[in-house]
Amino acid sequence: MSSPSIMETLFQRTLEDLIKGFRLQLIGESAFISKAMEEIWKEIKSTNLQTKSIALQKLSYLGSLYFVDMSWSAFHCIECMSSPRFSQKRIGYVAVSQSFYDETPVLLLITNQLRKDLGNVNEFEAGLALDCLASIATVDLARDLTPNVFKLLGSSKIPLRKKAIGAILRVFEKYPDAVRVCFKRLVENLDSPDSRILSAVVGVFCELASRDPRSYLPLAPEFYRVLVDSKNNWVLIKILKIFAKLAALEPRVAKRIVEPVCEHMRRTGAKSLMFECIRTVVSSLSDYEAALKLAVSKIRELLGDEDANLKYLGLHALSVVARKQLWVVLENQEIVIKSLMDADANIRSESLRLVMAVISRSNVLDISRVLLSYGLKSDPGFCNEIIGSLLSACSHNLYEIVIDFDWYVSLLGEMSRIPHCQKGEEIKNQLIDIGMRVRDARSQLICVSRNLLIDPAFLGKPYLYGILCATAWVCGEYVEFSTNPTELVEALLQPRTSMLPPLIRAVYLQSVLKILIFCMYSHFQKWGSISFPSSHNLEGVLSESISKGTALESSDTLTSAQDDVFNPRKLRERIRLSFLLRRTDSVKSLLSNCCVIELALEPLLGTHEVEILERTRNVLGLIELIKQQIPDQLFPEEESLSREELEVWKLIRSMNDASCEELGPVSFTAQEKIRIPEGLVLEENLRELDLICGNLQPRSLSFFPQREERVDEWHDSEWRSREDLEPSNESMSLLVEHRKRHGLYYLPSSASNDYPLANDPRSGEHVPDETEDLVRLAAQSLAPKKKPNYSKPRPAVVRLDEGEATFPVVSNRSNSKYDLLSEVVHDVLQETNPMDKSSQKGKEKVRGDIPPGSKENLQDLVDPRREKLGSGKSKHRSHGKDRGHKIPQKVDGEKDENSERARKKGSHRHGRNKMRQRAEEQADLLAQTPDQIPDFLL
Amino acid sequence: MGIRFILMVNKQGQTRLAQYYEYLTLEERRALEGEIVRKCLARTEQQCSFVEHRNYKIVYRRYASLFFLVGVDNEENELAILEFIHLLVETMDQHFGNVCELDIMFHLEKAHFMLEEMVMNGCIVETSKSNILMPIQLMDKTS
Repeated sequence: MSSPSIMETLFQRTLEDLIKGFRLQLIGESAFISKAMEEIWKEIKSTNLQTKSIALQKLSYLGSLYFVDMSWSAFHCIECMSSPRFSQKRIGYVAVSQSFYDETPVLLLITNQLRKDLGNVNEFEAGLALDCLASIATVDLARDLTPNVFKLLGSSKIPLRKKAIGAILRVFEKYPDAVRVCFKRLVENLDSPDSRILSAVVGVFCELASRDPRSYLPLAPEFYRVLVDSKNNWVLIKILKIFAKLAALEPRVAKRIVEPVCEHMRRTGAKSLMFECIRTVVSSLSDYEAALKLAVSKIRELLGDEDANLKYLGLHALSVVARKQLWVVLENQEIVIKSLMDADANIRSESLRLVMAVISRSNVLDISRVLLSYGLKSDPGFCNEIIGSLLSACSHNLYEIVIDFDWYVSLLGEMSRIPHCQKGEEIKNQLIDIGMRVRDARSQLICVSRNLLIDPAFLGKPYLYGILCATAWVCGEYVEFSTNPTELVEALLQPRTSMLPPLIRAVYLQSVLKILIFCMYSHFQKWGSISFPSSHNLEGVLSESISKGTALESSDTLTSAQDDVFNPRKLRERIRLSFLLRRTDSVKSLLSNCCVIELALEPLLGTHEVEILERTRNVLGLIELIKQQIPDQLFPEEESLSREELEVWKLIRSMNDASCEELGPVSFTAQEKIRIPEGLVLEENLRELDLICGNLQPRSLSFFPQREERVDEWHDSEWRSREDLEPSNESMSLLVEHRKRHGLYYLPSSASNDYPLANDPRSGEHVPDETEDLVRLAAQSLAPKKKPNYSKPRPAVVRLDEGEATFPVVSNRSNSKYDLLSEVVHDVLQETNPMDKSSQKGKEKVRGDIPPGSKENLQDLVDPRREKLGSGKSKHRSHGKDRGHKIPQKVDGEKDENSERARKKGSHRHGRNKMRQRAEEQADLLAQTPDQIPDFLL
Repeated sequence: MGIRFILMVNKQGQTRLAQYYEYLTLEERRALEGEIVRKCLARTEQQCSFVEHRNYKIVYRRYASLFFLVGVDNEENELAILEFIHLLVETMDQHFGNVCELDIMFHLEKAHFMLEEMVMNGCIVETSKSNILMPIQLMDKTS
């Protein structure tokens, strides 16, 4: 029986052989691995522990570096773990730490082995078990092994105690009640003279405090002592992290630590510690001017450093401070702006974030211009990052920082023109949203949309289709603001639209229909207004025009004979003629429009896309109807035919009524406002849907057009200055070139753009040192404007009453484990008092049956007790028991009591009666002492 | 938890050591390592050593042919992690004597041993070289 095992052992390949083999193999990595795995399969089943452990070692190697599944080996891991030989045990432990997780089925089998090893006299074996526990502890393991870990927390062997401290964090996380047992010993270790212990325990508290800082406020005196006394930078960094959290909660802590923190900042040679001091000051102590000034001077040192790391961190620190103290950024703006061109993408992003932090109403115009010109020069990724952050900054809180919407709409147009623009979806959303919300921006919106629509180059860029869809919709919806609807129709029907996806094409066609209806409607409206005046009216018109001495509109017919003016008969004839002419012109242009549309749409009747087919039919049907009516009335000699009698007028009017009703933004709560009809049970079978959809956040803006519900407009009284705006025709020149080539489908370039292009490519190109230029520009723009020239009020932005500014936030379900943990820490750190006791008792009862999700209730119970925290201590003072001692001792005294309590609770719970008695005594004392919150550090 | 994982990767992008302080499935690990290696190895010496990736911040440093990559929480002090990497390298240097990639390849368990001494559950617990190396030296003597 033993011979094969010996043979196995003798000829087994060790890990080293395996690695060497790997380096020499010629059969390919995966083939080599599967061959090695075959060996491992065989070897790991061996009864010889040595063979087995070597096989397991090879397996963990492959599992760690070559992603080989090793979950099947759980049993073998456990076998190796229980080996009496350290080297085999270690291999077992390493494999367990590496491959076990909460759901490993055989996990419970290792409890006893771990317990045995934790109690082992060999500190290395106990250390192995602690390492393992630190990485894989589950609720059960943590619960069962808490006493063992507790024992080791007081071990006289420093390395072992250190490891126990390291493992305790995981134990607390998994089994919060362990705090009741172990917390006191953990806190005691803060006093340890050994720097290893101190660094471990401070690390643990740093982790604990980062989850729930408030619970650890009572330990501030201990932490303070470490902050002042410790010489170890690692420890100091962790302590500073704790204090950054505590100082934000308790101003007195902040006041107390300012001086030591500054002292460290001045004194230390270690950049890491210095940076941590800076971070602490800018995040939590920015109210202390001297400290902040010192920190800012240090930040400037970092920014000026050659080292990219320090520069990055300097920018990072600036972005923390920028939220509260803008001047700090302004002081360093030159470096910030220059960093936008840094070779390192991370530094660029960081400075972009910084610039975004300082963007405001007064500088948004210039910052956008600077940023976009940087964007054009940098790589596509960063360019899109710039566009994205500009879009989100400007649209924040319903375009809060935008005053001049005409400018912003042009900016959106410019962004769409940037090559590689990947933000089409966002631009599309904003174009539609502005259209719906800002009435005053619509004419500019039409202008921008027109420019985008008529450019055939855009139709070849699929990433812009979203924007084109929005512009097409805008043109149809707000066509009344357009100066030249015919041009829009032509743009919407240009031949390259066949490249669009069907759904967007359908939007195009729908817009054509809307524009057509609008044209007809306005045509017939004019018809009415220019219908031939009745004879007595004419006299009035005549006498008026004569008395004013102005020629009539159709002056060319009149200029020839000045004397004719005084001949009423001739004049009447002329006027009549000119009216007719104008009417005919109008009809003609309408008909030619119809012809263009028919021509473009007829081929579409053969399409298979229903959306397109349907809309095409609609448009063509309408044209058919009109055409039947119009020819008879081309030259209606008899003026008596008023438009009211025209069949077609009625039709057009009702269609126009249908399409001209204004669309508004939709509130997020709109759906909720609909009352559910009685008897309709919606939630019966769909309750599970919440679980599925719970984590899906609603989109930030909703655009499905619906009729407005309640709109309250608000005017913003703030004015803004319009800066020197130079016009540019860059984009138009490109267009002209295109038009020359394909004259047929191109439109007259009549529209003028009053607003400067946000990124005028020409402005930068010929200037050799454009960075300098931009820095100067940025300098101007970042500086707060003293006296803006008031020229234009901010237009009204439609805002729905509720539910819009505050988007439904998915409730931040913090990990219930942490809640539990902080509760227990509270319990341990607090003095008992009667109220405490009762609520605690209730809680303990409740804890069993409340599912982990609903701990908020419990948190509510806990909160009022926080206030009592101090009163317990003031009792100490009034007692005079510890008078004359410094606080640490005091807290120790307090903690002794706590730990006593904790131990009692842990071992025999019937001691509670006695506790309650004591607590009641304290309550009596409490009644005498004023309720005050103690100064932890005094 | 401060440190989430430690990776050592050579210039070719092959992982030489991987230590995680939170459980990830094989697939998650494969994806994560692939992304990080692609992101970090493409960077030049002049660029900074901090890369944000998913919800981690990767702090990395290159020593000869080997990249040391440490994934940390966003709150962690980046410079301290750089110092930690340096400490790790110095410790290995002291043990192996002018450490190179091969040392780590062939003595992976020792490298893991050092890390175990230095880091527990993501917290740095030991920063003294002699303390870190003491158990390894003892083990070497006994075996």
